[in-house]
Parts: sequence; structure tokens; C-alpha cells
Amino acid sequence: MKKILALMALLATALFADESRDMNVAAIVMFMIFVVATLGITYWAASRTKTAKDFYTAGGGITGFQNGLAIAGDYMSAASFLGISGLVYMKGYDGLIYSIGFLVGWPIVLFMIAEQLRNLGKYTFSDVASYRLGQKEIRSLAATGSLVVVALYLIAQMVGAGQLIKVLFGLEYEYAVVIVGILMMLYVTFGGMLATTWVQIIKAVLLLSGASFMALAVLAYCDFSFESMFVQAVETRDISIMSPGGLVSNPIEAISLGMALMFGTAGLPHILMRFFTVADAKEARKSVFVATGFIGYFYILTFIIGFGAIVLLAKHPEYFSDGALIGGSNMAAIHLAQAVGGDLFLGFISAVAFATILAVVSGLTLAGASAVSHDLYVNVIAKGKVNEKQEMRVSKMATIGLGILAILLGIAFEKQNVAFMVGLAFAIAASVNFPVLFLSIFWSKLTTRGALIGGGVGLLVAVVLVVLGPTVWVDTLKNAEPIVNVKYPAIYSIPLAFIAIWFFSITDKSARSKIDHSGFDAQNIRCQTGIGADGAVSH
Amino acid sequence: MGSTQANETISNSRVEFIKSIPEYQELVKRRNSFGNKLAILMLVIYYSFILVIAFDKELFGIPLSEGTTTTVGIVVGVCIIVVTFVLTGVYTFRANKEYDDLNNKIKEKVAKEESK
Repeated sequence: MKKILALMALLATALFADESRDMNVAAIVMFMIFVVATLGITYWAASRTKTAKDFYTAGGGITGFQNGLAIAGDYMSAASFLGISGLVYMKGYDGLIYSIGFLVGWPIVLFMIAEQLRNLGKYTFSDVASYRLGQKEIRSLAATGSLVVVALYLIAQMVGAGQLIKVLFGLEYEYAVVIVGILMMLYVTFGGMLATTWVQIIKAVLLLSGASFMALAVLAYCDFSFESMFVQAVETRDISIMSPGGLVSNPIEAISLGMALMFGTAGLPHILMRFFTVADAKEARKSVFVATGFIGYFYILTFIIGFGAIVLLAKHPEYFSDGALIGGSNMAAIHLAQAVGGDLFLGFISAVAFATILAVVSGLTLAGASAVSHDLYVNVIAKGKVNEKQEMRVSKMATIGLGILAILLGIAFEKQNVAFMVGLAFAIAASVNFPVLFLSIFWSKLTTRGALIGGGVGLLVAVVLVVLGPTVWVDTLKNAEPIVNVKYPAIYSIPLAFIAIWFFSITDKSARSKIDHSGFDAQNIRCQTGIGADGAVSH
Repeated sequence: MGSTQANETISNSRVEFIKSIPEYQELVKRRNSFGNKLAILMLVIYYSFILVIAFDKELFGIPLSEGTTTTVGIVVGVCIIVVTFVLTGVYTFRANKEYDDLNNKIKEKVAKEESK
């Protein structure tokens, strides 16, 4: 074992040699161990990934607890670890507003769609949305919604990955993006959902352990008194960090951001897909319970870490140049890791951050690949007349295609401001995927036409408002004034989508609408009881 | 099965039979009302929080008690995180017991009807 490690360190030094930046050997060695371990898991998973069901859903054999950890892992991206602790470091209380918004979507998922999804679906949420509606139309719509969300999320993750790894590992941006892309293609293509889930679980455990250690170290420094931590933080800054500040500047924005965060969670394809990996409705509920617990705990940790950074980093002038934090506020947690745990722990957190990105992009790619293969190829283009082997082949090709696309987009967007992309992804998930999915489950009068037009309206309104609003029109495209002064589109796009779906459904007198209505009772029985559901009957 | 489409059609007579089972009606009623109640509770909690931030930020800046730095807002925020977790727990434990008991009874009746 020692020999292998020494060899890896040597290999790492050769690979990562870059005179222009400091190399972080501890981080590289720990990351290498993670890569070797996860590739080992992929090898094991590959031997168990034989059928389409294995590939998309790990054969439905993940337990509720494991799935809960994996869901938490999907949610605890590098962006939320570094971004939210950085936001707390910068603005104090405002970081908590974001965390709470991200968290409160989970009860809604549990009360409204988790067990319903498990009972009705098979591989993708489009299975559920199109259950009694026109397959071609609704799958095309849902797959479009999925792919747009996945693409936006992937770009944001890839660009973040490249920049982060450049700082942490002293590795060139392009190499970082290519390494992430290739590893993710290996995990997903060979190991499918089983490997993706275990990579996510391992990373979730590592990240939670690392963050717990940091929060504990901060609390120990403050004599385990929150009051003392807040007092010292206020002494370093000022009292404004203890209450809501300028993050949300007016009521409309506050409500709109809240809506996007809350309902967006219930429309993210890579999250929804995880409900098909468990055996039944009971395990689906358990997964959300476990996930909510870990995510809530994680956000409390990031809050402590952010405040800890305010208190502790001020005592370390070496982390600042010209009065600003080196690497920007997103590096607050990274610097704090070194301040409380030394170089070795810094290496650990850096390696975990890298692993986090890998795990999240793998989940995204798998969700995107299933939209392409299961929805578009099998059910729209080939109308279901495809054997399983072909479906597997297409999904693997789609994985590789998406991986290459992610690498190219990651490189193309290097110098762009991609901060708006995750927000836009949530807005689209909340305005397209969520309304269609929700109404298809609960509203018997929904018709194919209504869902198609309403979903399209939601997509169009969300995209147009973001492009013409301050985040893209001004910040990214450098125009002086936004055409429409709307920072968060959800407050307009979600209601408009619902209204359009309602209107074009109740006025729909087509022959198709009769089929749509008549399918509801049978759908509802399966939705409520799971009778006939895939996981429950297959052996 | 051939296609990967999930919806094998349940025959009309079976649909009518299941709809007539009292436990089925009970399950639908209970799940919808309990789920809706908790969802509304969550929405009320969250949007009260958001509306305070939108309309009366200073309220969250009030010290928790005389002379403390910890503010009301911090305690409210952490409480919302805890309540969110507790609500998912309440739903999960009740659903895993009650709904699944009812559901098993429904499945038994369906199996009996089919073996006739």
C-alpha cells in the first residue's frame, strides 16, 4: 500500500508539475486515493450493471438511507459548500436566507411528489408526467426541460471546477475540466446509477465529516458559545451581519427567489431520478427524511464555518492581499480549513471539493443521458420499439456525448460569468418541470395540449426574463440598463405556466383530451397504492 | 413488455373495484389531507419568514434578549431548519405506518378478488 501511495505521489508530481503555481501535494495524493477507490467501485458496479433498469436506477436496490445520503450529496455541491459559506463570510445573515430557501423545497417534495413518483415512474420523471398523456409531446417537453436544466447546471459546475482546481491544485484550467469530464464519463458509462450513487455517498460522508470538523474547531475556538462567536464576528466586522441585509432588496425579489428555490427543487431531473432507485414508496419517504436531515445539518455547518471564517481569518493576514481575501469570498472555507487544520487538512478539504464536483456532474450527466435515451430515443423517436440492448447502447453514447459537450462548454465559458446559470436552472425547473409534473399527478382535467403549451410558456417566460434582466443583459452582456428589471423570474413564470396549463386544458375538446381524462382513475390508483408499480412487481 | 413504457393499463372493472374498497377511499382521503396540511404549514412558515425579510428586516435584527449579540433572526432561521426536518419526520413516520397498513389491506382485497 505504501509503495502504491509513493508511486501515486510521484505520478502526481510528474502530472501536475506547473512552475507557475504552488502545488498541493497532500491534496493531490488524497484526491488520487479517492479516484482509485471510486474507479474500483465503478469496476464492481459495472459487473452488476447489465440491464437498462440497472443502468438508470441501480436495479431499484438502493435503501432509503443510502438514497437519502446520495440526494444530500447531489445537493451539497462544491457551489453550495464554498458558495454559501462564502456568502455567510461576506454578508453574514443573508447566507442563511439562501440556505433556508434551498432546504424548504424538501418537505414539499416529500408531501407532494416523492412517493407518487416512486409509484408511477420507472426511470425518469417524464415517465410520470406522460403517464396518461400523449407520449411524444409530453416526453419531448419534459426531456427538453431536463436537458436545459442539466446543461445550465453542468456549465456552472464545469467552470466552477476548472477555476477551483486551478487555485487548489495548481493545475491548468483546461486539464482540470478534461480530467473531470473523463472521470465522470468513466463512472457513468461503466457503472451507471450504482457507481454514481456510491460516488455520491462516499463524497457526502467525506464532505460532512470535513465540514463537521471545521465547525467543531470554530466552536472550540469560541469556547463552544455561539454568543461568543457572534460577538467576535461583530467586533471584526459590524452589527449588520446579524440581520438581513441587501441580498434581496425588495419584496417581489424576496418572494420570487423563494418560489424558485422551493419549487425548483421539485423539478430538478437529477434529483427526481433518485426516487426510482429505491424499492417502494416507503423507502422513497425515508430517503427524503434522511436527505432533509443531512442537508439541514450541512447548512448549519456552513453557517458556523462562514462566521468562523469572519472571526479566524482576520487573524491571518497571509490570506489577504490588498485587504481582499485571496481567491475571493468563495475561498473562505478553504482558507479556514488551513487555519484550523493545517496543510494536511487543507489537502483533505481540497480533495473533497474536487470529489464533490465529480460526483455532482456524474449525477447530472446520468439524468441528461436518460432524457436523451429513455425519453427522446426510445419513446419519441422509436415509439417504444427498441430492445434493451439498443437502449443501453444509446444511453452510453449519450453519456459520452454529454461528457464531451460538458468539456467543450466548460472551456468555452471559462471567462464568462456563469453565476446566473444555477439560478436560471432552478427557475426553469420550477416553471416547466414542476407545474407539468405536479398537475399530471393531481389534476384529472390536465390534457396533453394544456401541458405542452403551459410548459412551453413557463420555459419561454423564464428564459426571456433572465436574458433581458439585470443578471444577463447587464452583468454578462455588459449593457447599461436591463430591458426588464426582474432579477428572479419565478414569480411571473410559475403562475403563468399554471394559468396557461389550466386554460389550454379546460378549453381542449380534442379526441386526445378524452384519452387524457379517462386515464386519470387508473393512474391515481397506481399513484396511491403502488399496485402495478415497477419496483413492487418485478422480481 | 417490449417497450419501456411503464403504464400497463389496469382494466376498467379493476379500477372500479379498487375505487369501491373503503380502505382505498380512506387512504386517498388521509394522504391528501395530511400531505396538504403539512405542505400549507411549511409554506406559511417559509413565506412568513420571507415576508418579514421583504417588509420588516429590522424585526430580525432585534437582540434575542437585552445585551446579547445573537439576534431574533438567527434563532428563527435555525428553528426553521429544525422544523423542516421535524415535519419530514412526522410525515414519514405516520405515512410509513398508517398508509402502508391501509395499503396492505387494499392489496389483500385486490388479490382475493383476482383469485376468485
